[in-house]
Amino acid sequence: MESNEILRVNGISKRYGDISVFEHLDLSVKKGEVVVIVGPSGCGKSTFLRCLNGLEEIQEGEVLLDGERISQNPKELSRTREKIGMVFQSYDLFPHLTILQNLTLAPVKVKKRNKKDVEKEAEELLERVGLLSKKDRYPRELSGGQKQRVAIVRALIMHPEVLLLDEITAALDPEMVKEVLDVVLSLAKEGRTMVIVTHEMQVARAAANRMIFIDGGKIVEEGEPTEFFEHPQTERLRQFLHSFSYEAE
Amino acid sequence: MGFEVLLKGNNMLRLWQGLLVALKISLLSVVISIALGVVLGILMALKLPVLKQILRAYLEVVRIMPQMVLLFLVYFGTTKAMGINLQAETAAVIVFSFWGTAEMADLVRGALQGIPKIQYESSMSLGLNTYQTYVYVIIPQIIRRMIPLSINLITRMIKTTSLVMMIGIVEVLKVGQQIIEANRKTSPNAAFGVFAVIFVMYFLACWPISQLSKYLEKKWEN
Repeated sequence: MESNEILRVNGISKRYGDISVFEHLDLSVKKGEVVVIVGPSGCGKSTFLRCLNGLEEIQEGEVLLDGERISQNPKELSRTREKIGMVFQSYDLFPHLTILQNLTLAPVKVKKRNKKDVEKEAEELLERVGLLSKKDRYPRELSGGQKQRVAIVRALIMHPEVLLLDEITAALDPEMVKEVLDVVLSLAKEGRTMVIVTHEMQVARAAANRMIFIDGGKIVEEGEPTEFFEHPQTERLRQFLHSFSYEAE
Repeated sequence: MGFEVLLKGNNMLRLWQGLLVALKISLLSVVISIALGVVLGILMALKLPVLKQILRAYLEVVRIMPQMVLLFLVYFGTTKAMGINLQAETAAVIVFSFWGTAEMADLVRGALQGIPKIQYESSMSLGLNTYQTYVYVIIPQIIRRMIPLSINLITRMIKTTSLVMMIGIVEVLKVGQQIIEANRKTSPNAAFGVFAVIFVMYFLACWPISQLSKYLEKKWEN
C-alpha cells in the first residue's frame, strides 16, 4: 500500500517571523486519491497547499514527491512544479495570450514539446470542458467560470502527477460554480490525484476519498467522507459543519 | 483671410521646416526619456528607501515647475552662472528629457507594480523558471500597458515644444510670427491664416499618433 504513495508531507511548519501559521503537519496522498481539506478562514489550509509546490517556503519538515525531497532551490523547484499542477482562486490566465496560447505556453517552453501536438491536445481538452469554440478568444472575453475551466485545463496539459486546487470556486458567481465543479468531479472519477481546498461541502462529499479538517494550524480530524460528515468525532468539526447547514431549529 | 501670404515665396516650406525642428526636438527627447525612464522606473519599483525618496522628490519638482521656467534656467541661467554655453536645441532637449524621464519612470513603475503577484505565481506553478516567467508572461504585459501611455507622452511633448521659441529656436510658431511680421503692410490679416495653418499642422502631426495609441490601447485592453 505504501508503494503507491505519491505525495508525502513530513512535519512541515510555516512561520512568518514569530507568527506561526501551522506546526508539524503530516499528509500522505496515494496515487488516484482525492484529499479534500476544509477549515475555517485563516486556518492555514491555503498556505499549506502553497507549501506543497514551493510557492511558500517552509521553516521545518519536508515534502516528498515520488519519494524525492522537494528542494527550495529555484532550478529544481521548476522541475518539480511541472509534476504538481496548481489552480488558484482567481483563475490567473495570462491576459495577453489567447486561450490556446495560455494552454500551449508551458508545454512548449518548459517541456519542449512539439507545438502542433500540444495544440491538438489542448483542443481535445477544451472540447471536453465545452470551450473549444473559445480557443482564439482572450481571457477577458470569458466568464469567470469559463476562465476557471481553462485554468484547470492549463494545469492538466502539463500532465501533472498531482493537482492542487486552491478554493477554485470561491471567486465565482453561484451559477458558475457548478460548471467548474462538474469538471472537478469528472477528474476525480477518472482517478486523478488531487488535493483540494474548498468551502463547497457538497463537492467535498462527492469527490473526496478522504477529508481533512484543519483548524488553528493543526489537523483536528480526518477520515472517510461519510463518517466525517455524518459522525464527526470532535466538537470543533461538529461546530464547523453546523455553520454550513441552514436547517431551522 | 490672410492665407495668401503662405503662397508667397517659400513660406509654406519654411513652416514645414519649422515643424520639423519641433518634431526633431520632441523625438530626441522622447528617445532619451524612454531609455532613462525605464531604468528609473525599475529602480522606483524596487522600493529602496533612500532612492525612492530622491526619485519622488524629482518627480514632484518636475510636476510643479513650469517647463518654461526650466527652459530659461537651463538656457539663460547656465550661461553666465556656470560659463556653459549651451545651444538652444541642446537646452531644449535637456529640459524636455528631464521632464519626460520623470513621467516615463512613473509610467514604468506603475506598469510594473500593476502586475499582480499571482501572475508570477501561476506562471511558476506551470514550471516556468524566473527567466521564462519574465520573458513570456511579465514583460509582454508591461509593454502592452506601456506603449499607449508612452505614445501619449510623445504627443504631449510635441505640443509643449512650442515653448522653445522663447529661447530663440526658430520652430514652426516662430516662423509663423516672422511671416506675419514681414507681411504686416500687405496682408494685415496674415495672423489668422498663418496660425490656422499651424494649427492644422500640429493636428496632422499629433492626430495619427494619438489614434495609434487609442488603437493599441483597445487592442490590448485586459
